[in-house]
Amino acid sequence: MANIKTIDKKSKAQSMGMHTEVLTGRTQQKFFNPDEAENFYYFGTYDVDFNKRTDLDVMNMSAPEANKEIDNLMSQGYGTIVIKNPQGKHSLGVGILNKLNLIFEGSLGYFGMGSCDGPIVRINGRVGWSCAENLMAGKVVIEKNAGSCFGAAIRGGDLICKGSVGARTGIDMKGGTIIIGGDAGAFTGFMMQRGRIIILGDVGINLGDSMYDGTIFVGGEIGSYGSDAVDSELTLSDQDWLRRKLKVAEIGEDFDVSKMKKIVAGKKLWNYDNLEPTEKKGAI
Amino acid sequence: MCGIAGLIHRGKSSNVGSELQGMLQALKHRGEDSTGYALYGDTDGKNFIMRFKVGENVGEGSSSVMEDVSVYDERKKIVDQTLAEMGAKIVKEERTLPYSLRYEIDFETKDLLDFSQRIESIPGVEILSMGKSLEVIKDLGNAKMVCDRYSLDKLVGTHAIGHARMATESGVDIKSAHPFWGYPFSDVSVVHNGQLTNYWNNRRVLENKGMRFMSECDSELIAVYIAQKMREGASLEEGMKDSLSGLDGVFTYFVATKDSLGMAKDTMAAKPLVLYESDDLVVMGSEEIAIRSVLPHEIDTYDPFDGEVKVWQI
Repeated sequence: MANIKTIDKKSKAQSMGMHTEVLTGRTQQKFFNPDEAENFYYFGTYDVDFNKRTDLDVMNMSAPEANKEIDNLMSQGYGTIVIKNPQGKHSLGVGILNKLNLIFEGSLGYFGMGSCDGPIVRINGRVGWSCAENLMAGKVVIEKNAGSCFGAAIRGGDLICKGSVGARTGIDMKGGTIIIGGDAGAFTGFMMQRGRIIILGDVGINLGDSMYDGTIFVGGEIGSYGSDAVDSELTLSDQDWLRRKLKVAEIGEDFDVSKMKKIVAGKKLWNYDNLEPTEKKGAI
Repeated sequence: MCGIAGLIHRGKSSNVGSELQGMLQALKHRGEDSTGYALYGDTDGKNFIMRFKVGENVGEGSSSVMEDVSVYDERKKIVDQTLAEMGAKIVKEERTLPYSLRYEIDFETKDLLDFSQRIESIPGVEILSMGKSLEVIKDLGNAKMVCDRYSLDKLVGTHAIGHARMATESGVDIKSAHPFWGYPFSDVSVVHNGQLTNYWNNRRVLENKGMRFMSECDSELIAVYIAQKMREGASLEEGMKDSLSGLDGVFTYFVATKDSLGMAKDTMAAKPLVLYESDDLVVMGSEEIAIRSVLPHEIDTYDPFDGEVKVWQI
């Protein structure tokens, strides 16, 4: 590996195994420059103190009421919030755009933690469909099982389910990492465009169907491959990255990553035709 | 969208009417055009319980044609007459609503096909359920409204399935509401969430085999399909497994018999289902909040995978 102190940002990221995709055409890789961080401002974000902690019982609250109260607590500087009695309610914890330690003592329904950017979340229960949809950054850990469309269209962050997940995990994902400790259902990685999915258990039929890019690592059996999903060589860099990720995720630390299968896009589908639409029209 | 819910107590009875009401009410945001219950009550098993309707609910939101109540009375008379002709004795009679009736019938038969065909040959009459434990109650409105209207909250039994309906492909009426009776099988009922895309192909085949359809609701096909498989000698589980390839579309459905409850999920896993399973209780529904109405404490639940079929006995 090259000396990471002497290489540029892009090469550094790729040397560390954080980016292996080779993107061409109009698709561009953009790298965040921390020096410019002060120029960014998100409306509705708060500076919170992680040491300032409180509990919130949402037993008798609707989801909008609970979310408003979380927002209210963040505005008062609370950086660690423990949600009691979520009772499988839908859409809890959505749209949090700043750093926050959020702990749910129970299970969530649909769309939990959707459209978030930054919080560290631990859910001591199960989650329903579309958990953490559109996650931009942060970390969401689910201690039990998850429903279908887990991590749909995430752009970044780490999404970890210690149990098993339903169908279409990581559908349309555009970045970030999804880690599954158990099994995953059908159409995992359907139309994924970037990012990585790690499944330590078995996975169902049509894995990686119509994936554009990104990588899927599977530790168990694969039901079947989807269109254009193909095997790829598991490199030493991949293995290093997997070990690091599993360690940070506190999941499968003893797992033998060297035996995992690596699945990528074969890039033989029609959308990889080099012709632009106008040229295609002319050709027809 | 529609929501489905079901539960089975193993080795004991419980207040399944009230429990299912709570589950379906928690799912009312998935549809409240109509709600239906298939309840398996504790009975002595001697007589058949026939739930039937002689008309439709023509209240607000209904797509049915208004009829005079005297028409219902006339139809009821013909039903009573037909039962007498078949040698079936009405032991107990309840008329909950002008169009909805419950009879306990002393009648010996192993094949309900002929019996049902004669009753349903009376215009405007439909048997909602027939069995020695099963009672199908369905009407317009949400779970609580239907439960209150029919006083279901005190019904004690072993298992139950139900459906909260958002009408999409057929009318807002009782005949299109779930659950569907697995005609002509005693004590078989079905609820479904999803869309079937080979409804007409399958319906034509099944009608040629003598099966009947009362509505144009695609979900009715599941009840008839499973019933036909059982007529051909398949077990409930075998019939359900066969349906995964025989039925095209997206679906999660429940089937209940006198002593069992089953679930099936299509091979694309396109419709939701959350399941809680313990040694003495199985509870499942389209969303976890339905299960929470029965088990408010923290529990382990999971989503069954694509193409999964499970059957539990009481």
